[in-house]
Amino acid sequence: MTAFGIRLPAMSSLLIWGLLWEIVGQLDLTFFVPPLSQVFATLFEIIGTPVFVKALTETAYAFVMGVFFAIVIGIPVGILMGKSRIVDELLLPWVNIFVSAPLTALVPVLMVLFGFGLTSIIITTTLFAIWIIILNARAGVRQINRSLVEMARSFGATPLDAFTKIYFWAALPEILGGVRIGVIRAVKGVIIGQLLISIVGFGALFELYASNFLMGHFWAVLIILFALAFSISEFLGYLERKVAYYAAKR
Amino acid sequence: MSQTESSFAGAQRLGPDSAVSVRGVSKTYGAVEALRNMSLEFPRGQLTSLLGPSGCGKTTLLKIIAGLIPADEGEVEVNGTKIAGPGNDRAFVFQDFALLPWANVLRNVAFGLELRGVAKSEREAVAERYIRNVGLAGFEKSFPHELSGGMRQRVGLARALSVNADVLLLDEPFSAVDEQTRRKFQEDLLALVANENKTFIFVTHSIEEAVYVSDQIAILLARPSRVSEIIRPSSFREKGVENIRRDPEYLDIVDQIWASLRSYVE
Repeated sequence: MTAFGIRLPAMSSLLIWGLLWEIVGQLDLTFFVPPLSQVFATLFEIIGTPVFVKALTETAYAFVMGVFFAIVIGIPVGILMGKSRIVDELLLPWVNIFVSAPLTALVPVLMVLFGFGLTSIIITTTLFAIWIIILNARAGVRQINRSLVEMARSFGATPLDAFTKIYFWAALPEILGGVRIGVIRAVKGVIIGQLLISIVGFGALFELYASNFLMGHFWAVLIILFALAFSISEFLGYLERKVAYYAAKR
Repeated sequence: MSQTESSFAGAQRLGPDSAVSVRGVSKTYGAVEALRNMSLEFPRGQLTSLLGPSGCGKTTLLKIIAGLIPADEGEVEVNGTKIAGPGNDRAFVFQDFALLPWANVLRNVAFGLELRGVAKSEREAVAERYIRNVGLAGFEKSFPHELSGGMRQRVGLARALSVNADVLLLDEPFSAVDEQTRRKFQEDLLALVANENKTFIFVTHSIEEAVYVSDQIAILLARPSRVSEIIRPSSFREKGVENIRRDPEYLDIVDQIWASLRSYVE
C-alpha cells in the first residue's frame, strides 16, 4: 500500500490503530481502555505464570479436540453429501439451520445432556466449527469434474479409492477454506463453552479479569488469543495457497 | 469351471475375429431414446470408428462398452465374456483428458495401475516406459497445468496404454487439441494400431479423421441411434501416412460419408 507516494510497510494499519489506542489510553478517558504499552507489559508479566499456562493448556486441549472432531466428522460427511443425492437431501436442511443458528443458545441444552465438564466444551467447539466445514467439503465435491470420477471408475476404482484418491483431493481447496473458517469459529466456540459451561481455561481468565475490572489483563489475554487464532488461520491460508495451483484447473 | 465353459462357448460362437461384440443394446434417458437395438462387431487388432452427427449416441455406446453406463437391454461381450461394468480388458481415453491436476505426469500415467494395486516401483517403471513411448520423456515431474493440450492427451493415452488392456476406447480424444497436433496424433495412432496388438474403438465427429485412421467406420444416425452403414476402406491403408489424404479411395469415402450424413445435419 502507498500513501502520499510513500510505500507503507505491511501492517501499517495495525500500527496506526495501536498508536490511537495508546493515545486514548494515556488520556485516561475510560478504565475500559488502558494504554496499549501497559497491556503489553501485563501480557509479558502473565504469560509465564502457572495460572496462565494452566488456562492455555485447558483451552488448547478443548480447542484441539473440538477442531479434530469437526474435521474428521465434517469432511467425510460433506464429501458424502456432495456425492450422494439422498444423503444431501436428508442432511442439508439441518446443516443450513445450524450453520446460521445462534449456537450459544444451545449450550444450556448441551450442559443438560453432557454435564458441566470438558465433554460439553469440546462438543460446543465442534458444533461451532463443523457446519461450515461440511458445507465447504460438499461444495468442493459438487464442482468436481465428472470425467475424473468416470476415469477412476473405468480403471476399476473401488468406492473407497474414489473417496480418498479423487473426491478428497478434488475438493481439497474448498475443504481447506472451510477448515480455516471453521477453526476461527472454534475459537469462539471454546471460549463461549468455557464461559457458560464451566469456568475454566481462558474463559475463566476473562471472567476473572472482567469482573475485577482488570482491563489490562483482559486485553492482554484477548491479544494472545487473537494472535493464536491469527497464526492458525494464516497457516491454513498458506496450505490453501499451496493447492491453489490446481484449484482453478479442475 | 462353468464360467470357463461358457466363455469358451462364447468365443466359439464369435469366431476369432471380434474383440468386442455389441448385441441388441438399447438405452433410454427418460423420454429420450439414445440407442435402439444396436448391434455391432469390432474386429480384433483393428481400429473401428464410430462416426455420426451430434446426438447420435456414439459416446453413449462407447461408455456402455466401457461399462460406465449400464445398457437397458442387450449385452456387450469383450473377448467372448459378457461385461458387467468396467474391467481390466478395456481402457478409456477421455475427450477432456481427465488427468489428476494435483498429480504429476508420472503418477497420472501410473494411476490406472495404482488403482489395480500394482506396487509403486513396478507401476512407475511401466509408466516411465509409456511416457517415453508417447514422446513425453523429461516431463515425468511436470504437472498437467504446465503442459499443452496435446501433451496432456499424450498423458491420457500413456495412462490407457500402461494398463495393457486389449481394447482401447477413445472418446473424441483429439477434439480438444489444435489442428497440427491432431494430425500428428492421427499418424501416431496409425503406428500404434500397427504395432500394438490392440483393438481400438474411436469416437469422432470428423469424417476426414475417421476415414484417415480407421480400418472400419460405423456410421451412426440419430434419434433413435442406429448403425446405418459400415465402411471398410481397402486400398490406401498400406500406402503410408503421407499418401493417404490424396488417395482416390480416401477422397471417395469422405465424399460418400458426407453425402449420406448431409441430410441429418441441421
